[in-house]
Amino acid sequence: MTPEEVKHHIKTYVIVFIALAFLTVVTVAISYLDIGVKAGIALGLFVASIKASLVACYFMHLIDEKTTIYWTLIATAISFLILIFLPIGTMLAQARIY
Amino acid sequence: MDIPFNVKERPDTGLYNGKLGIWLFLASEVMLFGGLFSAYIFLRTGVDNWPAGTEYLDVRLATLNTLFLISSSVTMVMSWASLKLNDFKKFKFYSGTTLLFAFGFLVIKYFEYSAKFSHVPPYLPSTNNFLGIYFTMTGLHVLHVIGGIVVIGYYFGPGSKMWKADPERFTNRIEIVGLYWHFVDLVWIFLFPVLYLL
Repeated sequence: MTPEEVKHHIKTYVIVFIALAFLTVVTVAISYLDIGVKAGIALGLFVASIKASLVACYFMHLIDEKTTIYWTLIATAISFLILIFLPIGTMLAQARIY
Repeated sequence: MDIPFNVKERPDTGLYNGKLGIWLFLASEVMLFGGLFSAYIFLRTGVDNWPAGTEYLDVRLATLNTLFLISSSVTMVMSWASLKLNDFKKFKFYSGTTLLFAFGFLVIKYFEYSAKFSHVPPYLPSTNNFLGIYFTMTGLHVLHVIGGIVVIGYYFGPGSKMWKADPERFTNRIEIVGLYWHFVDLVWIFLFPVLYLL
């Protein structure tokens, strides 16, 4: 990475930082909205996901990484989704039985 | 004997070994916190009335802590960028600032926990499921923050000697520490709304 590229990255880091601070305020503001629990959860997690994506893409440089890391993360995401949804599926199946 | 591919990228992975290592470690961390988030969903959906976070927790302190962690993340990545620009003094400044933000996070967490324990009656992990999962998830996160402080502190202090001997390797180490620290920030980004706001 050349010094010019690094300097360009630094500008991006500052913009991302401002965006993260703004989205933190948005997250708190959403909790004061009277839109119901389900909509509040969906909106809150949506904003949190945007914040997490900004951190992962720019601070962790995932926007421009090697394919080995992408494959590692795809395997992780699949395992994570199984971990989350397998027990929920089991719970729903039990709810149908009883 | 030199450990190979500390600085140069391995031809098959395209990465230096430490970088692949930290990503595999972070993958295991996703599973660790993922299990706890899964437990949270079960506990929450298993009851009709789940308490609002504001009943027990202080949103103002948590918002301040969120800003501390976000700030520490940007100073962490700036410390790495400073090394890339060959500016060791700036590295020290940004690395030291990262440590200050991290300690600030711990101090606020201390006040938060103290308020729970000194409440009459005390709010303990055994009080109810909400506080149980709150203390478990934030406690594990705090342990990660402490781990990060130890490593960042080491490279801020005695470990920084490596910069003179092998600057490229040192820069890579800071990148690895940074990846871990950003992950700690990332976990908090989800913990904050899930526990405090929703």
